[in-house]
Amino acid sequence: MSDCHTIRVSVNGTSHECLVESRLLLVDFLRRDLALTGTHIGCEHGVCGACTILLDGDSVRACLTFAVQTDGCRIETVEGLGESDNLSPLQQAFRDHHALQCGFCTPGMLMTCIDMMKKYPLADDQAIREALSGNLCRCTGYVHIVDAVRAARDRPEESSP
Amino acid sequence: MSAELRPKIIGARVRRVEDPRLLTGGGAFADDLGTPGALHVAFRRSDHPHARIVGIDCAAARAMPGIRAIFTGEDLDGLVKPILATSRMRNYHPTPIPVLARGKVRYVGEPVVAILGESRYLAEDALEAMEIAYEPLGDVVDPEQAALPGAPLLHEAAGSNILVSREFSRGDVDLVMAEAFVRVGGRFRFHRKTPVAMENRTYVAEYDRGRNFLTLTSSTQVPGIVRDALVALLDMPGHSVRVVAQDVGGGFGGKTSLYPEEVLVCALARKLKTNVRWTSDRLEDLISTSQAFDEIIDAELALARDGTILALAADVTGDVGAYSIYPWTAGIEPVQVVSFLPGPYRIDTYRGRVRAVATSKPPMGPYRGVGRPVSTFVIERLIDMAARRLAIDPVALRRHNFVSGDDFPYKVVTGLVWDHSSFREGLDEACRAIGYDALRSEQRRAREAGRWFGIGIASYAELTGIGSRISAAPGMPINTGTETASIRIDSTGTVTASFGITSTGQGLETTLSQVVAQTLGVRIEDVRIIQGDSSAVAHSTGSYASRSTVLAGGAATLAARAVREKVLRAAAHILEAPLEDLDAADGAIFVVGTDRSITFRDLARAVYSEMGRLPKDTREELEATKVYDPYFGTTSSATHIVTLDIDPETYKIRLHRYLVGEDCGRVVNPLIVEGQVHGGVAQGIGAALHEEVVFDASGQILTASLADYTIPAAGDIPPIEVVHIEAEAPSTIGGYRGMGEGGTIGAPAAIANAISDALAPLGIEITELPVTPERLFQLVRQAQAKAAKEQGSS
Repeated sequence: MSDCHTIRVSVNGTSHECLVESRLLLVDFLRRDLALTGTHIGCEHGVCGACTILLDGDSVRACLTFAVQTDGCRIETVEGLGESDNLSPLQQAFRDHHALQCGFCTPGMLMTCIDMMKKYPLADDQAIREALSGNLCRCTGYVHIVDAVRAARDRPEESSP
Repeated sequence: MSAELRPKIIGARVRRVEDPRLLTGGGAFADDLGTPGALHVAFRRSDHPHARIVGIDCAAARAMPGIRAIFTGEDLDGLVKPILATSRMRNYHPTPIPVLARGKVRYVGEPVVAILGESRYLAEDALEAMEIAYEPLGDVVDPEQAALPGAPLLHEAAGSNILVSREFSRGDVDLVMAEAFVRVGGRFRFHRKTPVAMENRTYVAEYDRGRNFLTLTSSTQVPGIVRDALVALLDMPGHSVRVVAQDVGGGFGGKTSLYPEEVLVCALARKLKTNVRWTSDRLEDLISTSQAFDEIIDAELALARDGTILALAADVTGDVGAYSIYPWTAGIEPVQVVSFLPGPYRIDTYRGRVRAVATSKPPMGPYRGVGRPVSTFVIERLIDMAARRLAIDPVALRRHNFVSGDDFPYKVVTGLVWDHSSFREGLDEACRAIGYDALRSEQRRAREAGRWFGIGIASYAELTGIGSRISAAPGMPINTGTETASIRIDSTGTVTASFGITSTGQGLETTLSQVVAQTLGVRIEDVRIIQGDSSAVAHSTGSYASRSTVLAGGAATLAARAVREKVLRAAAHILEAPLEDLDAADGAIFVVGTDRSITFRDLARAVYSEMGRLPKDTREELEATKVYDPYFGTTSSATHIVTLDIDPETYKIRLHRYLVGEDCGRVVNPLIVEGQVHGGVAQGIGAALHEEVVFDASGQILTASLADYTIPAAGDIPPIEVVHIEAEAPSTIGGYRGMGEGGTIGAPAAIANAISDALAPLGIEITELPVTPERLFQLVRQAQAKAAKEQGSS
C-alpha cells in the first residue's frame, strides 16, 4: 500500500518497528497490531477517555491520535503497569477501594490518574474530581474512584507507576 | 475454632476476584477476542425515520477493495427468521423485527445493508458507496399523535400504533376523588434515556465448519436467552450453539435484549462458513441500543384532611419506539409504570391506564429500574405536592401512608405483593443518619439569606428476585424465575461452580465465590466461577431485574449444601467419626473438638484416585446441580434524601449531600453493595439533571454523540452515603433481596422533590425530567411573571 509509513515506537519499554497506514488510529494499532487489548475504545470521538494512554509521559486519547503520529515516541499502556499478582500501588488502591466494576473504563482511568498525580497536587476531592472529569465511568458513580485516588495520593512514595 | 468464632466470608468486604485481570488490561471483552481471518461487518443504517425502500444499489460498494460480501434484507430469506416477541398479554400486537430492514425503514439507525470486509476500515469505506433510494412515509414521532385514529402506521399489520393497552382498576376512583379533601396532580413528563454502557455492543460469531458448531461471543447480559433464540431463528440444534459473555463492559438493561446485529453475524458466519464480527461504535450505540423511560403521565392523588391517601388515578402514554423488543415486548417499561405507581403506600382505590405507542425511534427496552424510576418520580412528586397543600411534613406524610407492620405481605391493587421490607425503618434511619431536622433548620437560614436550597426525599419499593410465579415482563413466554448452579469438586480438591447468569461488571464472580466458599467450607481462592456461558448449565436466562444474587446465590447455596453433604459423608468414613460431629471450613473437614481433620485436597484424592480408601458403594461424585426458584420473589426498598442548591445566575444545580437508606436483605459483600448503590444513584442523577435523547419533529436524532447525550462526569456526582437496614429476613434462600437497580429508581424523584422544595417559595412544582438549567430558567421566569401579574392585579 502506498499510503503506509514505517514507525518506530517504544510501547511499555519494548521497541517496535511497524508498517502502518496513515489513517490507522493509535488505539487500533495497539489493540490489533500489537494485541494490547487493555486499552479500550469507548466512543471514538474523544469524550469518554477509555482509550487514554501515556504518550511521552502525557495522557492522550488513543482514539484521536493516528499511529503514524507516534513515530519516535514512548507509549505506555495499562499493560505496562503492575502484574495481576503484583499490582502497582495505584492499581492496588483501585482494588482496595472497589474503584472499578465492569472495568471497561479502568485502563483509561488509571493512565489519566498517573498523569494527573504527577502534574497536580490533587489537594482535595474537588481537585480529584476535576482531574477525572475527562474520563467517564458508568458503573461506580465515581465515589470509590475518588477514594482510591485519594489513598494513592497519600502514599506518594508508593504511587509511582 | 467453633463455628460461631470463625470469620464469615458472606458479609465480609472481600476484594473482588475480577479485579487483577481488569486492572492489568487482561480482561476478555468481546472485542478483545482475536479471530484471524474474520470478516468485519459494517451496517448501512437508515437515515430516514419512516420511509419505503425504493431501491438498493450495491454495485459500487461491491467493487471496493477488501469487500467480500454484501447482504440486504431480501438476501437473508431462508437464512434467518425475523425476531418476534410474543406475549400472553391481551391487547398486544407483536411486531416482527427484521434482521435487516425489509420494504420499509422505521427509525433512523435501523440496519438496512450489511457489508462484510476484510477489515473494519475497509467495510466502513464501502458504506458511503452504497446507494439506497427511499420514499418518505408519514411522520410517526409524537406518541399522542401517533395514537390517534388515522395516524400513519409504522406496522400496518398491527392495525394501530398502539402496541399494548392495559388498565388496572379497583374502586370508584371518580367518586372518591370528587369527595376528597384535597387533590393534587398534573401532567408529568420523563424524557427518553439510553443506557450508555461504556463498552459498545459487540458480537463475534465463530463457525466451526467441521462440526457445524457456532460460538457467539457477545456483550450480552442474557447468553441463555440469546442461545435459545438463535437456535429457533437459525433452526440449529441447541447443542451446536454456544453463547459466551466473558467480561461485559456494563449493561444496565441495554444488553438484555436480542439485537438484529447479534443474529446477523451468526446467520452470516454459518452461511459463509467463516468467522464474522461486528463492534458497534458510539454513534451506533446511541441510535440503535434500546432506549428507555419515555413516558407522559397524567396523574392525580386524592387525600383526606389528615393526609390519608384515598385514591390514585393515572393515564400513561409510553413512547416505545419502532419495534416491540425481544423478549421483553413493548409492554415492559410502560406497563411497569402503572403497576408500580402506588409505590410503598396503602392505596385501595386506583385506576391506572397505559398504552404503549410505536413511533419511529429506536425500540424501548429495559433500563436500570424499568418503569419504576418513572412511577417513583410521579408518586413521590404527588406525595410532596400533597404535603405542601396539607402543610404536613413530607416525612410524616410518607410514614402515615406506608404499608407497614401487620400489613405485610401486602397485595398492591395492581396485583404485586410486597414482602416484609423496611419501608418505615428505611425512612426513619435515613432521616436520622442525615440529620433531617437540622437540615430543615439549615434550609430556614438559607431561605432567609435568599438562597434556593432544597431537601428532597423519595421512598420506593421494588419487586426483586422474581420467581417462576410471575414473568419479569408481562405475559412473556420465557421462564425468568429460576437459575441453575452446578458445583463440582475435582480430583485435586478445587471447586468449580458453573452458572448461566452473567456478570456485566457488578462483581458476581466475587459474590458467588463468597456464597460457595462459605457454604461448602473452602477458601475463596479454592473456588472458580464459570459464568456467562450458555453451555455451563442446562438452562439460564441471565442478569437483569435485580435477580442475580437472589437466584444464582440461592442456587449456589443449594448446590453447595448438596456437595458438602457428600463431602462430609466421605469424610465420616475416612475420619471414622459420626457425620454429626463433622464440620468443614477453610478447605478442611474436621471432627469438632478434636485435631482430626482432612483437607478437601486429600479427601478428593481419596474419593477419585486412591481406590480402596472408601468402600466402592460409598464413593459419590463430589458434584451437584441445583435449580432455585424463589416462586414469588421478594421486596427491596429504600429512602433517598438529597440536598441541593440552585445557582440563581446560571441555574446550575449543585448537589450537596446524598444519602440512601436501603434494605437489600442480607449483604454478601458490603463493598459491592455500596458500589451498586453509588452507580445506580449516579445514573439516576443523570436521568434527573443531564440525560435526554432528543429528536427533531421528523424523527431525526439530535443526540448521537457523548458530547450531546451527556452522562455524569466525576464532578457531577456528590459523595453518596449508604445506610444499610435489614428487616426481618425474606423467605429467599440466604435471605438476599436484589439491589442492582434501586439507586436509579430513587434518585430522579428525590432530586425533583429537592428542586421543587428549593423553589417552593415561588410555587414551582417540577413535573418534567431532566431539569436542565434552561428548563429551570423558564419555570422560574414564568413563576416570577405570574407573581408580578398577581401582585399588579391585587
